[in-house]
Amino acid sequence: MSDFPELTQAVIDGVGKKVLELVNAELEAGTTPQSILADYMIPGMLEVGNLMQEGEYFIPEVLRAAKAMKGALEILEPLIAESGGTDSAGYVVIGTVDGDIHDIGKNLVGMLLKGSGFEVNDLGVSVTTDTFIEALRARSGPVLLGLSALITPTMDEMPAVVKAVEDAGLRERVKIMVGGAPIDQEFADEIGADGTAEDAAGAVALAKRLLA
Amino acid sequence: MAEHLTTTIKSEIQEVSISRDLPTIIIGERINPTGRKKLQEELKKGNFDTVSRDAIAQVEAGAAILDVNAGVPRADEPALLVEMIKHILAITDVPLCIDTANVAALEAALKLYPGKALVNSVNGEENKLEAILPLIKEYGAAVIGLTMDDDGIPKTVQKRLDIARKIIERATKIGIPLEDIVIDPLALSMGAEEGAGKIALKSIQAISKEFGVNITMGCSNISFGIPDREAINATFMGMAICCGLTCPITNPLKEQVHMAILAADLCMGRDEFATNWIGAYRKRKK
Repeated sequence: MSDFPELTQAVIDGVGKKVLELVNAELEAGTTPQSILADYMIPGMLEVGNLMQEGEYFIPEVLRAAKAMKGALEILEPLIAESGGTDSAGYVVIGTVDGDIHDIGKNLVGMLLKGSGFEVNDLGVSVTTDTFIEALRARSGPVLLGLSALITPTMDEMPAVVKAVEDAGLRERVKIMVGGAPIDQEFADEIGADGTAEDAAGAVALAKRLLA
Repeated sequence: MAEHLTTTIKSEIQEVSISRDLPTIIIGERINPTGRKKLQEELKKGNFDTVSRDAIAQVEAGAAILDVNAGVPRADEPALLVEMIKHILAITDVPLCIDTANVAALEAALKLYPGKALVNSVNGEENKLEAILPLIKEYGAAVIGLTMDDDGIPKTVQKRLDIARKIIERATKIGIPLEDIVIDPLALSMGAEEGAGKIALKSIQAISKEFGVNITMGCSNISFGIPDREAINATFMGMAICCGLTCPITNPLKEQVHMAILAADLCMGRDEFATNWIGAYRKRKK
């Protein structure tokens, strides 16, 4: 049997209807929206990441959990905003680099980050360097930039973005993580990124370290 | 309903015809370093043993055309692609499909290639059309057109059909024969994208009906992120052939998928006296 509370397990199972019912029940019972999110739902999404990392969960199951999470967030987010907000785990700008339209890995990372309490600004695919810089400028304070590339020709975009962040004078407050099938630690080090991860769950752990 | 067109690809001495009235042509996908770290290391050191082995194994398993991709991170792609092609030409006579996004590499490969190559690929992006189509025309090659453009991969059949039309119009306008254009309507992962399989199948149907052109597709992508991939790939392959796919880019060494192709040909009446099916059966029993 599951060791998780019912709501957490419902997130893990990705049963949207049940998640909504249990969220509403918790709200009626007086649990704060902040606590519902932090104590029940985020642990569920983290477990989904772990299950994926262990090879137990497949991509459609992660998507189903993210969809269940999203449905509940539509209720919780306005309530959290009303009651004075919450501590975000950090602000992350992500995107697949220019010339590359692969989005599965980037989307998984985005979903798990969001599910883990980060505020995520997903710029989409084939994102130009200028668009990344613009998004970083639009936000003050520490920002984590996540760059994705799946095909080898577009890996070379990554050092260009890193350099542009430096040239724009943003490097002090912007941490950079890179990822995608052809990316390894050696490449990340070489281009002056702050890190890379083997998989989406690893990316969440890395994001926490970098913004700590 | 447009008439069925025949695309002919040639090496120096072999000729392969792709047509909806003939058995499915397998374009072998293995000679591609993307995601194969060991092969990347070998290629960087100028070791082409795996390339040669992959070429021979795929031809023996039934590939009629070999796709050749030289995408090694930060390597000199034109030089590497040329070397890979030279090695493959030395050991097999099957025609090649030159697979690169690098225009300089493409031109170097076409200059060297002694037959009529299939080029993988152009798409609906303006800069791609402008850079690649003149090379296809100049070297008398055939070309694969991917149904994506500057806005990415469309989510609807209609838009994919529109991009196919755009590529066909632009290519034929500069004198590339319609039969030398092969369209790839793009299979995305059904694991990550709801309805990806259905859109791919319907696009194959719509494009072949409208233009009569041959259709290729990298069919392994469809099952990315889902378990028991080969069973899914095999079923999808059979369905896609029924919809109009004529020259899938796939790995002929994957037995289930290969059997699905042969069975589909038999079902479509393209394997007289079940010759290919029975021949493959005997080979397996040996």
